[in-house]
Amino acid sequence: MTSSLLFDFTVDKAAKTVYVNREFDADLSLVWDAFTKQEILDQWWAPHPFVSKTKFMDFKVGGRRFYAMVSPEGQERWAIQRYTSISPKTNFKFFNAFADKDENPELPGSEWDFNFSEQTGADGYQLTKVSVTIYNESLERMERVMDGFREGMAMMMNNLENLLSTSKK
Amino acid sequence: MEVRRDVFQAIADPTRRAILLLIAAHSMTPNAIAEEFNTSRQAVSKHIQILTECELVKQEKKGREIYYHINATKMKEIDKWIEQFKRIFETQFNQLDKVLSTIKKQKK
Repeated sequence: MTSSLLFDFTVDKAAKTVYVNREFDADLSLVWDAFTKQEILDQWWAPHPFVSKTKFMDFKVGGRRFYAMVSPEGQERWAIQRYTSISPKTNFKFFNAFADKDENPELPGSEWDFNFSEQTGADGYQLTKVSVTIYNESLERMERVMDGFREGMAMMMNNLENLLSTSKK
Repeated sequence: MEVRRDVFQAIADPTRRAILLLIAAHSMTPNAIAEEFNTSRQAVSKHIQILTECELVKQEKKGREIYYHINATKMKEIDKWIEQFKRIFETQFNQLDKVLSTIKKQKK
């Protein structure tokens, strides 16, 4: 396994856009599945100690994923992702909005754009690069949403190092 | 009804960013700030008002004059928020690394 995988994160406050680039040590079709299949998504989408729980997911243009981030106390924070564009194994986009448990969205939301490409790592292994662009109508709204994660964050920080060391085999 | 200004909207404007840079070094009166810009005094004053509402800028009275200075705490809050957002991604993606490696092992 490669010693370091690319991870960069930038925020353009003026454009209200967040850019994230990350490489994964797996081939493109597997990484694509990990982002677009409910059973794999639920294994990693929520930052620990939160758990992702998808109620339904219809991965097609116009289809939706309705899911919750569940806190260790069992508190559910629902969100809806509506797929606006899909080019298999290349790109997909969704509009994300937080919601109540009855699927009523709380606007404004954010537009997410995922790009997938094959990369060759330094040691010749096949890597997959995922580039995410998130446009937020209101960054401050996201800031408030983040408050909900604050509690879990303290635990997360403690686990982060542990996580980093075990993810490397 | 209380309308809360969006901090990020406040710093999205180039004039407001210039004001923040200007007063970062030392506090200034509204007149001194306005002199640095080609726009009208009213326009500059409106920008200052928005920055004040977002708590990015604080007022301080010295004698008869009002001075504006940067609210460092609020600016730090923004950075802190960005840092947290970054950590969430980091955590998610480290989790994904594990999931991918598990799936790869199962396939073999």
